[in-house]
Amino acid sequence: MTENELIPGLFRTEYRKIVSVLCRRFGFEQMEIAEDIAADTFLTASETWGLKGVPPNPAAWLYTVAKNKAKNHLQRASTFEDKIAPELKNDLPGSYMNELDLSPQNINDSQLQMMFAICHPSISPEAQIGLSLRILCGFGIEEIADAFLTNKETINKRLFRAKEKLRQEKVKIELPGPAEIENRLEIVLRTIYLLFNEGYYSVSQNKTLRKDFCLDAMRLCYMLVENKYTNKPQVNALLSLMCFHASRFDARFDKNGTLILYDDQRTALWDPDLIRKGEYFLNCSADGSYASKYHLEAGIAFWHTKKSVTEDKWENILQLYNKLLQIEYSPMAALNRTFALSKARGKEEAIIEAEKLNLTDNHFYFALLGELYTNINNEKAEEHFQKAYTLAKTQTEKQSISMKIDRINQRK
Amino acid sequence: MKEFLLIFRNDFKNLPLHSPEKMQATTKKWMDWIGGIAAQDKLFDRGNRLASSGKVVKPYNVITDGPYSEIKESVGGYSIIKAPSYEDAVEIAKGCPVLKDGGNVEVREIDQLEIE
Repeated sequence: MTENELIPGLFRTEYRKIVSVLCRRFGFEQMEIAEDIAADTFLTASETWGLKGVPPNPAAWLYTVAKNKAKNHLQRASTFEDKIAPELKNDLPGSYMNELDLSPQNINDSQLQMMFAICHPSISPEAQIGLSLRILCGFGIEEIADAFLTNKETINKRLFRAKEKLRQEKVKIELPGPAEIENRLEIVLRTIYLLFNEGYYSVSQNKTLRKDFCLDAMRLCYMLVENKYTNKPQVNALLSLMCFHASRFDARFDKNGTLILYDDQRTALWDPDLIRKGEYFLNCSADGSYASKYHLEAGIAFWHTKKSVTEDKWENILQLYNKLLQIEYSPMAALNRTFALSKARGKEEAIIEAEKLNLTDNHFYFALLGELYTNINNEKAEEHFQKAYTLAKTQTEKQSISMKIDRINQRK
Repeated sequence: MKEFLLIFRNDFKNLPLHSPEKMQATTKKWMDWIGGIAAQDKLFDRGNRLASSGKVVKPYNVITDGPYSEIKESVGGYSIIKAPSYEDAVEIAKGCPVLKDGGNVEVREIDQLEIE
C-alpha cells in the first residue's frame, strides 16, 4: 500500500470501528459527536503523519488519538457530561474515557450491535443502506450519492432523518434477544443483500466503488458468520450467494466498462478462489430444516458457476426458480425462470409461458421474448428487441440490445 | 385481484403404479405448473397435497373411514391462486397436470369477508 492509499484504506477499515465503539458507549444520542471525533482523528492523522512520518502501528495510533479526543470533548462539554453522567454513574469519575475498550473483541461486538441497530424496522430500507454505507463501511457522502445517482444534500437529509428516528425510537446499540433474533436478522440480511446488489447491478459507472460495495457487504456478512449467536444457515447461504456472484465480477465488464452478459463471459476471468469459498459456505448453510430465499438463490448461483451445460444444470436452475418464486415473487425471478425453462424444456414451451408474464413495461421482458423468438420467428424476435430498445434506460443496455438486432438482421 | 381455491380431484387411490422415472416426471409437471403460476405473480398459497386415507365425522358420533364410496373422485390437494376473473382462473386451471391423469379441478372463488 502506498502512502497515498494508506489513509483512505485505514478510513475504510478503522472509521467504522471507532464510531461503533464510541456510539456503543454513548448511545445514538451522541452519534454525530462520535462521527465527528472519528473524522477529526483522521484529520489529525493526515496532518501529523505528513510531518512526522507514519507511526509503526497506524491503527493503534488512531485508537489512542480517538480516545484522547473523546476524553477532551467530554471534559469541555459540560452539558454533555450532565446528560451522560447519570448513565455512567458506575464508572470511576474521571477515568472512564481511559477505559474506552478498543480491544478486538469489543470492536467486533460493537460493530455487530451497530449493524442490528442500523437495520432497525423503524427506518426505511433505503435509509438502512445509507447508514450502513456511511457508518459500517465508512463511505463518504459523495460516494453514497454517486451510487444512488443523487446529490449530497439528498443523502445528508436521508441520513439525518434516519438518525433522528433512531433517537426518537430510543434504539439501543445491542444485539436483540433470542426471541427476536430471527426477525431482526432477516432485516440485517436484506440490507446486506441490497448493499451487495447496489454494487453488483448499480447503473453507476464507477466500477471500483461498485466492487467496494460488494466486498463490504461480504465483509459484514462474514462478521455475522463469525459470531456464534448470528451464525445461522441463512447467513451462510447469503455469504455463499455473494461469493458466487462476486467470482464473476471481473468477467462482467470489458475494459470500457460495458457489461458482458453471462454467455459471452471468459471463464478464465472467473475467480476460482471465490467459487470454492461459495461452495464452502453453501455446505455450511445446509444445516437446518428450511430453505430461505438465500439458499435457493445460492443454489442457482452455484449452478451458474458451471459453465459446461449438463442435463441437470438447467433442470436444477428451473426447479430452484420454481421454489424461489413461491417464496417471493419478483419480475426478474419470473423472467429468469422462463429463461431456464427454455433451456430445460425448449423455446416453444418457454414462449407460451413468457407471454403469460405480461411485464410490458420491462425491457428485460421484451429482450427475453426477442431471445426466445430468435431462430423460431426472426420477424417477431426483431419486433421484441425493438420494444426492448425503446424501453431500455441506459446507454449500455441499448448498446447490447442493438447488437442483438444486428445479429438477427444478418440471419434474415 | 380475486382469490380462487383450486381443488384437485381424482381417483387418487386407484391411479396406476408408474415407474419411479414416470413419477419423477409427474412431480416435475406439478412443480413447473405451480412455478408458472408463481411467475405470473398469481400464486396466493401453494396449498397442500392430502394423504389418501381419511375419516369422515357425521352427526351422532358416527365416524367412517375414507375413501368415500359416494365420491369416487377424492380430493388429492388444493392451491389458492389470485386472478382478476373466473375466466382467468379457469385458464390457469386448464394447465393443471391432474387433468392428464383423468382427474379434474374445481375452481371456487373465495368469498372475501368484508371487514368494515
